[in-house]
Amino acid sequence: MTDVINPPVIGGGGDVTAVDEHVVEHGHAEEHGPTGVLKWLTTTDHKVIGLSYMITSLVMFYLAGIMALVIRLQLASPSSSLLSFSQYNELFTMHGSLMLYLFAGPFAFGGLANYIVPLQVGAPDMAFPRLNALSYWLYAGGSITMLLSFFVAGGASSFGWVAYAPLSNATNSPGAGSDMWIMALALTGFSAIFTGVNLVATIFYLRAPGMTMFRMPIFTWNMLVTGILILIAFPVLTAALIMLYCDRHFGTHIFTVSGGGVPVLWQHLFWFFGHPEVYILALPFFGIATEVIPTFSRKPVFGYKGMVFATLSIAALSTGVWAHHMYTTGVVLLPFFSLLSLLIAVPTGIKFFNWIGTMWRGQLSFKTPMLFCIGFLFAFLMGGVTGVMLAAPALDFFTHDTYFVVAHFHQVLFGTAVFAGFAGLYFWYPKMFGRMLSDKLGKWHFWLLFIGFWLTFIPQYEVGLKGMPRRVAVYPSNLGWQVYNQISTIGAFVIGISFAILLVNLWISWRNPVPAGDNPWDAGGLEWFTTSPPPHHNFTHLPPIRSERPTWDYNHPDSPALHHGKPTGPSSGHGGDGSGGTKETVEV
Amino acid sequence: MKTESFILLVIGIFFAIIGAIYWFTSYEQAGTLMLIGSALLGLLPGGYYYYWYRKMGQRPEDNPDATIASGAGVISSFPGSSIWPFVLASGAFFIGLTFVFGIWFAPVALALVVSALIGATVESRRGGHV
Repeated sequence: MTDVINPPVIGGGGDVTAVDEHVVEHGHAEEHGPTGVLKWLTTTDHKVIGLSYMITSLVMFYLAGIMALVIRLQLASPSSSLLSFSQYNELFTMHGSLMLYLFAGPFAFGGLANYIVPLQVGAPDMAFPRLNALSYWLYAGGSITMLLSFFVAGGASSFGWVAYAPLSNATNSPGAGSDMWIMALALTGFSAIFTGVNLVATIFYLRAPGMTMFRMPIFTWNMLVTGILILIAFPVLTAALIMLYCDRHFGTHIFTVSGGGVPVLWQHLFWFFGHPEVYILALPFFGIATEVIPTFSRKPVFGYKGMVFATLSIAALSTGVWAHHMYTTGVVLLPFFSLLSLLIAVPTGIKFFNWIGTMWRGQLSFKTPMLFCIGFLFAFLMGGVTGVMLAAPALDFFTHDTYFVVAHFHQVLFGTAVFAGFAGLYFWYPKMFGRMLSDKLGKWHFWLLFIGFWLTFIPQYEVGLKGMPRRVAVYPSNLGWQVYNQISTIGAFVIGISFAILLVNLWISWRNPVPAGDNPWDAGGLEWFTTSPPPHHNFTHLPPIRSERPTWDYNHPDSPALHHGKPTGPSSGHGGDGSGGTKETVEV
Repeated sequence: MKTESFILLVIGIFFAIIGAIYWFTSYEQAGTLMLIGSALLGLLPGGYYYYWYRKMGQRPEDNPDATIASGAGVISSFPGSSIWPFVLASGAFFIGLTFVFGIWFAPVALALVVSALIGATVESRRGGHV
């Protein structure tokens, strides 16, 4: 423990490469810090926290996936006795809660963003490192609380991941499991809010010189907008959870009719959080796709500013559409919410156009991350198109609470959180660990996942249109629903096998590492400029930042520098000093 | 700071307009209130950033022609390691358990939270938290 509070100093003065004393002193002090488990408990390094987030959220993903397989086994026959009704309710509630609250969001904004955003903007750490650590530990506490709820009397919560009133009140859902669900979400909610603050502050205040807002990688842009959305949405959820707890234990009647309360208020509050949440779970993954597709197309992203404005419009519109989940309550303004919901298709369509435009006439190489991103395009397109259908009240009234909605929802979130999410894992894994994942096993993972995905969810659209409601453990055998459910179950197990392959891949890379080098994909973002894994405080050198892909400009001095897809002239490509292809960097 | 403040201000104005439309078409209170909240969430920090943009002008990270050297100097203070976030979060975890299982978790929770608050404050004052 030394008394060094000076941070690393960017640009020790001029273009020379003198090693800065502060950096050396700091690095030296770090070696004398705590070691072992205590080092992990006390770390404030965004990279370690990001990895902890990712590992924890992947554990949640596998647990929730196993729950999904059990649910699918139960549904493979019309009157299976594998699970009791209450066990079934607990499982689908926890599957949804784990996947949405503890995997998809934290994996993106806690894990990948925490690790990648400071690297992409050239920052030494997140803006508030201790707050960042607090976020992770709150999330870990929330996850433990959620899982522990299986072991209390009465079992885990069983009112679905949306906890509708009055089902979630003390009469209909008694027991500690439901309270633990509320507390777990409160902890996770605070964690998300702190991460949102941290992301916005980091992006606003810690960018490297020359990294203007419109030179930030699209992933960073999307994480900025996600951070703002978190700040809009999560406080509403936390407030609603406190109200729900008060209704359950302190005798208030906020959501109960008997005391003058309004049950539908819960739906307003929940979906005011819930729909932005869907985009909190989507925008980071759009960002991943926008990093991966240009890299493996050997082209800069097509329509950079269009992408940025599309992200902003999606975020803004997503906060005005909450009641499209509530059409059938009969107390919401259908034209308003239908119009805004349909409008979201426009910026999303722009994004699709730009992704395809990026690939158009590019030199495509179908490495694993690229395959996953192409899978994402198909999956999200399918989920998005059925979303446009559901935005029309006439159709929604017919399909509400059926498997059609379940299929739509899973295709959207599978497209983003799974296809694009694991594209991000395959893409940045070499940066995080300095070793490669097997491309061959990655392709096996992708193709099995892709096949399993369609097998699982396409039959659910059909069985939904035939009238099968969601959240039922048994169903009549004479309506022809069984064959669709059986195909769906087979598909789910194919997905399960594909994720076993990922584990094998990780294991092999751990036991027999293949060195990755600093920039195995020849990508353009600033994160690929530093070593793999990056050193403490990230950079020892920084290249001149003259476009949205400074590493590419530095590594390819002969290719024209680009600014939003247009050449900016020979002088601005490398330091703005007309020095052309000289490879000069500045010591950090 | 200009772009940053404009993003937040536009978000605020958007929600103000949507909120007004929503109120006068539905007269529904909860949604309107949340839209007003969202408008303020854009306008307040957006206005703050705009004030500082007027006062500070262009920072190196806002200047497209800035060199890395133009950002020379101290960026910020980054703590190297600290146990207090873990202690504080453990306190929050036990507060959660207090609300589920009863008051006997409260002393543990409060002890952890209070010690974390004191510890983190002292750590910041002393500065020896690398």
